[in-house]
Amino acid sequence: MPTARDRSPTDEFVKGLWKENPVFVQVLGMCPALAVSNTALNALSMGLATLFVLLMSNIVVSSLRRFIPRQVRIASYILIIATFVTIVDYLIQAISLDLHKALGAFISLIVVNCLILGRAEAFASKNTIGRSILDALGMGMGFVFALFCLGAVREVFGAGSFFGLRLFPDGFQAWVIMILPSGGFFTLAAWLLLFSWLKNRKAARAAAAAQPAGGLR
Amino acid sequence: MSNEPLWTVFINACLINNFVLAYFLGLCPFLGVSGKLATAGRMGLAVMFVMLVSSLCALGLNAALIAIGAEYLRLIAFIAVIASTVQLVEMFIKKVSPALFAALGIFLPLITTNCAILGLALFQTNKGYGLAQCTVYALGAGAGFTLALVLMAGLRERLELSDVSDVVKGAALTLFLAGLLSVSFMGFAGLGG
Repeated sequence: MPTARDRSPTDEFVKGLWKENPVFVQVLGMCPALAVSNTALNALSMGLATLFVLLMSNIVVSSLRRFIPRQVRIASYILIIATFVTIVDYLIQAISLDLHKALGAFISLIVVNCLILGRAEAFASKNTIGRSILDALGMGMGFVFALFCLGAVREVFGAGSFFGLRLFPDGFQAWVIMILPSGGFFTLAAWLLLFSWLKNRKAARAAAAAQPAGGLR
Repeated sequence: MSNEPLWTVFINACLINNFVLAYFLGLCPFLGVSGKLATAGRMGLAVMFVMLVSSLCALGLNAALIAIGAEYLRLIAFIAVIASTVQLVEMFIKKVSPALFAALGIFLPLITTNCAILGLALFQTNKGYGLAQCTVYALGAGAGFTLALVLMAGLRERLELSDVSDVVKGAALTLFLAGLLSVSFMGFAGLGG
């Protein structure tokens, strides 16, 4: 894996979106990804809340990285993250009470999203503030994108609607299982399958291109 | 204060609303440690112990925070309690069984960021459970977590022997299995009322 020094700022931002997508490639932060992705709107707001917490905690961790002793670093990161999650919790409550009810305890559970602690430990504690902001934005957007993919698929099939708009005529029988917990597992599994198929195909093509022309097969 | 009977609380936490399969809590260890049956069982017990201790601590802390009118500190206080309990369990296992300590590896300190434990503390606060109910709720949730983990480990050990396409191997296959388990756990709905 290349070190952070070799990467240009743009790469720092882009890597989280696709190549190192937190949900589809690293399989991190799945608890909220599955729990609240039953509609596209819930998924999007959860993703944005996580993006905010990730951005703020990366900034603070990165700016304090010289002052936090190694032995107590995890505890300090958790406290920093918990502070911002409390802020988000009260913010969402102030903006929309309905949304706060729909997301429930899962807003508080952003604290234990492995993605945020993982970025604080693996990236923000070793890099400058500027790079940490880019990293947080990239990873956060990747997370929003992944949640949106899950939520959109589950809402379209499970309720026959998209952001509350009906898509199908009245005769459509909704696949209730997609809204239920098991639907979350199946949808994520299907997306992972797609990603691993794409990866395998790319590897196979690279191998084919590396062989001299007119080779076997 | 809620007055749910104790057995309903247990059945609810363990089977109907299984933390892993219905609430998606604690998925990281569920996918990470479920490779071997023996490790999975012990991991489940460690999580159950942490759940019990942190649930009781959270109950006391919540009462104290309400008494001084500082509910906004709840999340931070809970997470601090959980982190110290995990530290305790880690030292205990390292002393008693170094082999198990090595087998659990990174997933032991990661119990701190196991959503199931913080989730438990938050849910019991929301439901307004008393001392006895909290104890039973924590035991039920721990038992449910262990059950899901052991079932998954058993399935995965059998899958090792079967011929699976390369594309499906890994996380995707495990998630499909989890989905099927989740469907079968839906059969418990209506058991506790």
